[in-house]
Amino acid sequence: MQISGKSNFFLELDWLLILIYLALVTIGWFTIYATTFSSEQVALINLTTYHGKQLLWILFSFLLIILLFSIEAAFYERFSSILYIISLGLLIGLFAFGKTINGQTAWYSFGGFSLQPSEFVKVTTALAVAKIMGDNLFDIKKTSDLRNVLLVLAIPFVLILIQPDFGSAIIYFSFIFVLLRMGLSIRLFLSLLVMTLLFISTIKFGVGATLLVSLLLLGIFFYYAYKRQRMFFRKYWPFAIGSVLFILFLVFSSNLVYKKALKPHHQDRLSLWLRMEKDPNKIRSLKRSFGFNNDQSIKTIASGGFFGKGFLDGDRTNGKFVPEQHTDYIFSTIGEEFGFLGSSIVVILFVLLILRILQKAESQRSKFSRVYGYGVASVFFVHFAINIGMVLDLLPTVGIPLPFFSYGGSSLWGFTILLFIFIKLDANKANEF
Amino acid sequence: MILILLTIFSGLLFISRLFYLQIVDDSFRRNPLNNAAITAKYDYPKRGYIYDRNGKLLVANQTSYDVMVVPKEVEISDTLEFCDILSIDKAYFIKQIKKATHYSPRLASIFLEQLSKSDYAVLQEKMFRYKGFYIQKRMLRNYPYNSAANVLGYISQVNEERAKNSSYYQQGELIGTQGVEKQYENVLRGVKGVKYYKRNIHNKIIGSYKNGQHDTLAVVGKDIQLTIDIELQQYGEWLLENKRGGIVALEPATGEILALITAPNYNPNLMVGRDRSKNFNQLYYDKINKPLFDRSLQAQYSPGSTFKMVNALVALQEGVITTQTSTRCFGGYKYGRASSAFMGCHCHSGGRPMQLTEAIYKSCNSYFANAYKKTIENYATTEEGMDQWSNRVKKFGLGNYLGYDLPVGQKGLIPDATYYNRYYPKGRWRVSYTISNAIGQGEVLTTPIQLANMTGAVANRGFYYTPHIVKEIDNIPINNPKFVTKNNTEIDPKYFEFVVDGMQKVFEQKGGTAYYSQIKDLEVCGKTGTVENFIRVNGEKIALSDHSIFIAFAPKTNPKIAIAVFVENGGYGSVVAAPIASLMIEKYINKSIQNTWREQNVHDKNLYELEYNKQLELLQIKDDTSM
Repeated sequence: MQISGKSNFFLELDWLLILIYLALVTIGWFTIYATTFSSEQVALINLTTYHGKQLLWILFSFLLIILLFSIEAAFYERFSSILYIISLGLLIGLFAFGKTINGQTAWYSFGGFSLQPSEFVKVTTALAVAKIMGDNLFDIKKTSDLRNVLLVLAIPFVLILIQPDFGSAIIYFSFIFVLLRMGLSIRLFLSLLVMTLLFISTIKFGVGATLLVSLLLLGIFFYYAYKRQRMFFRKYWPFAIGSVLFILFLVFSSNLVYKKALKPHHQDRLSLWLRMEKDPNKIRSLKRSFGFNNDQSIKTIASGGFFGKGFLDGDRTNGKFVPEQHTDYIFSTIGEEFGFLGSSIVVILFVLLILRILQKAESQRSKFSRVYGYGVASVFFVHFAINIGMVLDLLPTVGIPLPFFSYGGSSLWGFTILLFIFIKLDANKANEF
Repeated sequence: MILILLTIFSGLLFISRLFYLQIVDDSFRRNPLNNAAITAKYDYPKRGYIYDRNGKLLVANQTSYDVMVVPKEVEISDTLEFCDILSIDKAYFIKQIKKATHYSPRLASIFLEQLSKSDYAVLQEKMFRYKGFYIQKRMLRNYPYNSAANVLGYISQVNEERAKNSSYYQQGELIGTQGVEKQYENVLRGVKGVKYYKRNIHNKIIGSYKNGQHDTLAVVGKDIQLTIDIELQQYGEWLLENKRGGIVALEPATGEILALITAPNYNPNLMVGRDRSKNFNQLYYDKINKPLFDRSLQAQYSPGSTFKMVNALVALQEGVITTQTSTRCFGGYKYGRASSAFMGCHCHSGGRPMQLTEAIYKSCNSYFANAYKKTIENYATTEEGMDQWSNRVKKFGLGNYLGYDLPVGQKGLIPDATYYNRYYPKGRWRVSYTISNAIGQGEVLTTPIQLANMTGAVANRGFYYTPHIVKEIDNIPINNPKFVTKNNTEIDPKYFEFVVDGMQKVFEQKGGTAYYSQIKDLEVCGKTGTVENFIRVNGEKIALSDHSIFIAFAPKTNPKIAIAVFVENGGYGSVVAAPIASLMIEKYINKSIQNTWREQNVHDKNLYELEYNKQLELLQIKDDTSM
C-alpha cells in the first residue's frame, strides 16, 4: 500500500497533538504578554519587548513546521548521526565563539539575537538514541550496545554541564525512561529510587525512624516471599542479607553525608525543601536568600484563587515580584491570572500531550519512530515535572524552561522540532514496513 | 509504562498542590495587604479633643515634624551643614543612617524625631539640597493643663506584637494606651482612610489597585467632654502634693465623676515628645512611689469606720435593729469568752445607752459590732447569714468592679460564706471570727472610687448611678444604659435619714470626728475612717501610722457632691483626710475657700518627710542587718 498525495498526508496527521501544541503555544504567548505587560506599552508587535519577539518566534516556528513536514520522513533516520555530530560541534564551538550570559556560555549571538544550541541538541540526541536503539540487532543486555547509548547521552550531558548549565544537562537523564522501555532491567531504576527515598527519609525523619520503617517493610516482603516459596531463604540468602546490609549502609552513610559532607548552605537548601526547619526566623531568612524565587512564586500562585485575578490583572505579576517570571517561573503567572481553573487546564494539557505521544509511540511500526517517540515523551515529561514542581515549591530550584511557555526562541524551536519530527514520523507510519 | 504512571501521578500531584495553594490555604487572599504587591497609604484623621465639664480644653493636638530618610537615595554634599541645622553631631548622623539601612535601604525610616518649630523652618528651605531626606508631619497630643494624667491617659506607638494581632493598627501608629485615651480610643481616633496601590518589587508605586474600589475615606475623630471639673481636679492634686493617696469626687444625682485624683501623679506632657520613652521608663520603674498606679481606682484599702453606715443600713433593713435600738459601750465589745476576744472602742460614752445617730458620729465600735453580729445571726446558719449580709453590702457597688468607663480598676473584697469556708473548711467558723468586718477592718477591702460611690448612694438615700467619666461625645450626652440606669441598694429610704443625721453630726456636734473641718453655711455630712496597717520586714510585723480616710457629701439635702479621700499613713481620719474632703467640697460648691490658712496647712503637710522616708529607711536598715 503506497500512499501519496497531499490530502492523504493531512489526514494522517495527528491533529490532537497539533491542537494541544497550538493551545499551549497560544496560552504561552498570552502569558508572556502578561508578564511583560505594563500600562505604558501598547504596540503588540514591538521587537523590543519579550512578547513582541516571542510572537516572531512563534511565526518562525510555523515556518519550521512546514519545513519539517516537507522533508522526507526517512531523512530523519538516515541523517540522525550527522545531525547529532553537527549539533555536538555547535556545543563545542561555544567554547570558542559563545556568548556568556549570567555566567553560562550557552549562546551564539547574531546581532541582537542569541541562539542556544543545547535546546536543539535534545532533538538530535533523541534522534541518535532512536537510531542506535532502533537497529534490529540492538540488544540492551549487550554491554557494548548499552555503552554506545550511554556514550551518546553522556557527551552532550558533559558538554552542557561544563557551560555550566545544570538545568539543561539534567534533561539527559530523561532517556532512562527510553532505556527502561527498551528492556533495561528495572532493578537498576528501582534501586536508584530506593536509594533516593532512603536518603530523603533519613534526612527528614532521622536514622531511627527510617531504619525501623524500611526494615519492617523488608521483613514483610521476606515473610510473604517465604510463605510463597519455602525455599526462599535457602535460595536467596545472599540477597536477603545483602538487602539488609544495603539499607543499613545507605541510611548511615546518608546521615553521615548530610551531617558531615554537606556544607551548611546545602543543608539549608535540603531542610527548606523538606520543610524541616522549625525556627520561623531561620525560615524567613532562608526564604529571603535562595528560597526567594520559590517563595514569591507560590505566593503569587496562591493569590490567584479559583478563577484567578484575570488576564493582565495579576498585581504581583505586574509588580514583577517573581524573578525570571517570563522564563522559568512563567507558570506562576498562569496561577495568578487564570487561577486554579486555568493552571489545572495547563497541567492537564501537558499530561494529555505526553500521554498522547506515548500512545502514538506504541503504535509505531518502525522501531526508530517508536524509540524516538519515547524520547520525545520523556523529554517533555522531565521538563514538565521539574519546572512545575519547582514553581509549586515541591522541588528545589532547577533552571529549566516550561515547553512552549517560557520565553525564548531557541527553546520554542527546539521543542517544536522535537514534537513535529515525531508527528511527521507518525503520519508517515503507513509508508513503513 | 512507568512513564505513563509518572505522568499521571505528576499531573495529579500538581493539581492537588494547586488546589491547596489556591483554594484551601487562604492566607494570601484574605486581605489585600497580605499580598506584598499591594501597599496601603493611610490618611490619618484629626484625633478628637477632650474637654472638661465646663468646656475647658484638656487635650489638644499639636503638629510635630520628623525627618525621614531613605538610605538608598541619600545624596548629601555638605553633611556638616545638615548636622548643624538639625543640631546633631556626625556620630548621630552615621548611627542613624546605619540603623535605617539595616531596617531597609529602600524604605523610609525616622532619622530624627520631633523637630522644633524653628529647626523645621530652617530645614524646610534647604531641604531640596538633601536628597533622600524628607519631612513628615505627625500629630502629637498636647495637655494645656499639666494635670489629670491618670484620667486622660496617653497615646503611644503600636508595637509589633499588637500590630500583628490587630486588623486595624499598623506598627508605629498611635493608639490610646491609658485612661480616657484608651477607653474611648475608637471614638477619639476616628477611622483612618486608606488608599491601596499596586507596587513593584522595588516598592515603586505602579498604579492604584482595582481603580480604588477598596479605598476608604478618613472619618474625623470625635470630641469628648468629660465629667471632670478640671479646677477641682487641680485643686485636689495640689492638696495631695507630697502625700500618697487618692480622692474621688462625684455628683450623686448622675454618677458623674467630678475629680479623680491620685498622688503621686505625673505631668501628662512627659508622655509626649522626644524624651517620652525615657520619661516613661523613669515613671514605670519607680517602684517606691508608683506614679503610674492610679490609687483612686486601683488601690484597695480597708474602708475602716466609713463602712459602719453600710452595716447600720443593712441591719436596719434586716430588721435586727431599729433606729431606736440602743447599745451600751464600756470601752469596747466582747465578742467571745476568751479575754482576748475584745474589740476596743474610743467613743467614750461610758456605758450610757447610745442610739444609731450618736453611734455614727462617735464612731462607736461596740454598736456596729452588735448590729453586724445580729444581722448574721438572724439566719438559721452563719453561712446563710454571711451570704445575706454580703449580698446586701454588694448592692452598694462594693466587692466587684463598678463598671465605670476607665480601663483600670480593682474588685475590692466583700467576703461571703464561700470565702470563709476556704480558710475554715466545712463551715467551722463563727460570726466572731469575722467581727472586724463590722468596723470595716477585717477582710473588707474597697477602692476610693467604690467608697465615693457608696457615699453617693447614701447621699441619694438608696440608689446610685454607675460612676462615669464621659459626659458628652460630639456634643451628644452619653446614653449608655449602664450609666443612665439607677442601681438600687434595696434599702428602704426611710432608714437613710438617721444615718445621714449621724453623718451631719460628725461635722456639727462637738465631739464629732470632723468637728474642726466644718464649712460655714453648708450642711456637710461625712464620716472618718482610720485604718491600721503594717509592713513586714523579715517576717517581723511593724505597725505604721494609720491610713487616713474620709467620706462626705454636701449639701445634706439635694447633694451636689460626694467624696472619698484616702491618704496613706495620714493618721486619724480627722487629721488629713477630713480637711481635704471639706476643702474640696467648699471649693466645688462655694468656688472659693474662706479659710486659706487651712488649705495651706493641708498642702504643706509633707508625708514624705514625716512618714514615707522613714518607712524606706526602716526597710533598708532591716535589709542591711539581714545581709
